[in-house]
Amino acid sequence: CRHEAASVVVSSRSYADFTPEATFDIKKVDLHRLEEGPPLTSTLTREDGLKYYRTMQTIRRMELKADQLYKQKIIRGFCHLYDGQEACAVGIEGGITLSDHLITAYRAHGYTLTRGGTVREIMAELTGRREGIAKGKGGSMHMYTKNFYGGNGIVGAQVPLGAGVALACKYLGTDQLCVSLYGDGAANQGQIFETYNMASLWKLPIIFICENNQYGMGTSVERASASTEYYKRGDFIPGLRVDGMDVLCVREATKFAADHCRSGKGPILMELQTYRYHGHSMSDPGVSYRTREEIQEVRSKSDPISMLKDRMLSNNMASVEELKEIDIEVRKEIEDAAQFATTDPEPPLDDLCSHIYANEKSFEVRGATPWTKLTSHS
Amino acid sequence: MAASARLLFRGAGLKAYTANVNSGAQSSFGTTLLRLSPNCSSQTKTQIKHASHFTYHPDPVPTMYGPTTKMNLFQSVTSALDNTLASDPTAVIFGEDVAFGGVFRCTVGLRDKYGKDRVFNTPLCEQGIVGFGIGAAAAGATAIAEIQFADYIYPAFDQIVNEAAKYRYRSGNLFDCGNLTIRAPWGCVGHGSLYHSQSPEAFFAHCPGIKIVIPRGPVQCKGLLLSCIEDHNPCIFFEPKILYRAAVEQVPTEAYTIPLSQAEVLQEGSDVTLVAWGTQIHVLREVVSMAQEKLGVSCELIDLQTILPWDTETVCKGARSSKGLQLLNSTCLTLSSRSTSPKTRCVLAVLSPLKSFYTSPYSFLFLSILI
Repeated sequence: CRHEAASVVVSSRSYADFTPEATFDIKKVDLHRLEEGPPLTSTLTREDGLKYYRTMQTIRRMELKADQLYKQKIIRGFCHLYDGQEACAVGIEGGITLSDHLITAYRAHGYTLTRGGTVREIMAELTGRREGIAKGKGGSMHMYTKNFYGGNGIVGAQVPLGAGVALACKYLGTDQLCVSLYGDGAANQGQIFETYNMASLWKLPIIFICENNQYGMGTSVERASASTEYYKRGDFIPGLRVDGMDVLCVREATKFAADHCRSGKGPILMELQTYRYHGHSMSDPGVSYRTREEIQEVRSKSDPISMLKDRMLSNNMASVEELKEIDIEVRKEIEDAAQFATTDPEPPLDDLCSHIYANEKSFEVRGATPWTKLTSHS
Repeated sequence: MAASARLLFRGAGLKAYTANVNSGAQSSFGTTLLRLSPNCSSQTKTQIKHASHFTYHPDPVPTMYGPTTKMNLFQSVTSALDNTLASDPTAVIFGEDVAFGGVFRCTVGLRDKYGKDRVFNTPLCEQGIVGFGIGAAAAGATAIAEIQFADYIYPAFDQIVNEAAKYRYRSGNLFDCGNLTIRAPWGCVGHGSLYHSQSPEAFFAHCPGIKIVIPRGPVQCKGLLLSCIEDHNPCIFFEPKILYRAAVEQVPTEAYTIPLSQAEVLQEGSDVTLVAWGTQIHVLREVVSMAQEKLGVSCELIDLQTILPWDTETVCKGARSSKGLQLLNSTCLTLSSRSTSPKTRCVLAVLSPLKSFYTSPYSFLFLSILI
């Protein structure tokens, strides 16, 4: 997607000078078992544009900060970064509401933010501190917030869970739906297909979303899947293949999918074609199975944040200074959060064995050595 | 008895060792002994972070299997697989990412040497991998399946327990999948947390029909793995991942086998018998010398090696000759009295209530303070 340079007016402008909203052409979506798809244009308000820009920039900077902290060994364990895929998280959230439900796999930091988590809580969770969103007990892969069910380590295991949540929505008559995400690697897990069947049979309000970032760890999609048309893998479930680097594309497709579910038609499957700049995790340099040129090409031609920025600037929806302001604010927020995450104390020792069970009277648990005893509280 | 264990550790007057939270205190392979305060409790004002470690104790150089070369644990696995692919034309290796060498480099070079029809990747589907392996084994191939981490073995649990283990029995010996060996990296590693640290052998330990083997080092690993591959029963071979690079020994280059279901007495002793497997053996070697030095307690150390079917003879002989038996491992293994012979039960009941010592009901979240 090529962009034209925006003409910049140096003098300060009042907000009345900006275009309040503009309509953009978006890529046509490939359809499976659907007569019609989402619209070919999307109207973006200035307000939404700035919101999406800020959120995507926050995710981007947060992930880069996490990279830095991991290399400094302040974040330990495993860390799967989301930079490059911001348009997916932000676009999906733009198509649903916070009262809808969402579940994803381990590349979850972006979703934790869009679902209502704060950068502070997320970073403190990454460093395993007591103010973390999961009280420091979950780490990178296990972040949760209201109507966001994580953050799941085992590949594919979260999808049947999502169907269960969708069943609850239907059963309780809330008009809510559940978005269940998984990756191109997980698309070959048996439980995904079991879930397709159950969801379709019982017409559950679930949007299956396959975030296809072209690589399952180090294996490219062609080498892992007999069919790389992930939006068709649901077979009897209607599917859409969407440009996952364009936040407006993702938003329109999600809105379309949400309408489909809410009208009682049952599940729908979306494949978001996206890309991750980092490797699979921090242990993966990400260049042994793909070229640096490929990564660079995606960065220069399809970066989601640049795409939105160019759209807004060339349509006079924001000024360069304004966006720079946002960048600076985001950077500061991340810095503060990182500082907090580094200095916040670790959870107390008692927390180590709490929450094993619920509603049980406290029992003793062996600690790290035979004579240290901890008490497990429910 | 528990009392004998308390005798081992209490009253030793050892000091606490503090480590900086941010200094990456994971397993250090130095020779400093772990010093602990017996009164450490959550009531202390400052939380002391204990740095845990173990020191790897290499086996002596084996002389009866021919020339040896220096190998670490993953190289000994590669060597065993190399020997197998060379001598057995039906042998195939498959799993996630094995083609380029595997995430722990256990299969490096094998695809280039033996071809992509013998060493190939599977998609991300553990249940499928094991099911496929059972079929391949039943049809006559020597199938060596890799599960990328033991933590991911559960989707395949049904296939292992309900299919692989019972195949021979339910077909009246007409069919079997004895040619199947499943390999998986196992055990805590310091930073693995919930899903890269598990030791699931206990889940399989009550399933007749399969064998479970866990080596303590490269020499044992190669010999035991080759035994598993040769064995006419489906075997699960767990490889302690923390030892992949850390454990270095002189390992024979030719193929050799170490018998299954034979525990090894690593050290003779008269006061208490310690039974363990895998990484824990090295921790216990240190414990044994500490106990002798500080408390004058003579410990017998037994490496169980084969968890199922386990060597009751050696363990009971040890329990009988010492004053008590302790099972020490980073998992919870229950040896129910129903599964042991009357002789064993009697011996164990009289001499020591068999206690599993290292049960960890919470997940491996703060791994660097465990082990």
